[in-house]
Amino acid sequence: MEIINLEGTEDTPKIILDKDKALFEISGRSLPEDAAEFYAPILEWLDKYQAAPNPETNFLFKLEYFNTASSKLILDILSKLDNIAGTRVTWYYHEDDEDMEEAGEEFSELVENVPFEFKSY
Amino acid sequence: MKYIYDLHRIMLRQNLILVYEGEFTQEITKSVLAMAERNMDAFGEEASIKRKVFNVMVECLQNICKHAESYDTESYGKNSAIFMIGKHNNEYIITSGNAIPQDRVEDLSARLAHINSLDKEGLKELYKEIIKNGELSSKGGAGLGFIDMARKSGQKLRYDFEPINDALSFFSLRTTISRSNG
Repeated sequence: MEIINLEGTEDTPKIILDKDKALFEISGRSLPEDAAEFYAPILEWLDKYQAAPNPETNFLFKLEYFNTASSKLILDILSKLDNIAGTRVTWYYHEDDEDMEEAGEEFSELVENVPFEFKSY
Repeated sequence: MKYIYDLHRIMLRQNLILVYEGEFTQEITKSVLAMAERNMDAFGEEASIKRKVFNVMVECLQNICKHAESYDTESYGKNSAIFMIGKHNNEYIITSGNAIPQDRVEDLSARLAHINSLDKEGLKELYKEIIKNGELSSKGGAGLGFIDMARKSGQKLRYDFEPINDALSFFSLRTTISRSNG
């Protein structure tokens, strides 16, 4: 399967999606003006991955900041992960960032199946 | 030329650390954010306060980018709006002003009044309801910006509509981030 490997910028996150190496990560800042356009390839990738996923998928979110348009797309990503068996999410937040911790908790309440593990750094 | 001095004095008196007037784009949003971040770093501002200010700034600036084009630019300057940040001893004040079509005033005003009527828990529920069931607008907005600003600031949003002409109103929005209780 193709590998997605995007460097982070000042307004877009670093994204790695690599099935063979079992790396699934979104980190950094996400505030693109057009979040739907930015995340479209990620959602397409997950659709393909869903057809033949690894037995286990540990998806890491390590976000420093995201805007509200991105939050909608993050929920779209989580909703896709919700349908992939053996998936779990590790939600990283900076130790003094209560808002990011709470955002993760809210996302975890919005999906049904995916277990969330919270880790501070 | 005295108006330059007057403007300068107003900025000093109002503790304004950043004022931008003109066209708003994503590139300009990034520049304004970088300037404000540098400014807060220079003051040694606490990370949690910085994040909240950053948050509110992004929603404010992107709102303007997304909506400022939707009115008749012939009658009011292309994509023209104003954005300001003031720093007082106990708070940051983030203000924006932009023209909107008259026919949007009622809806916008009702939405903001509704947000201001909710407590912390109510805002959380509204956020979850919209993120779950809402659709992205044609402008790419999630309809969550004002709710997020209210949640991150923990205070009521202040707003005002000033008629410009038959077609347009000037929409001012002010969010306050307290520096004392994070």
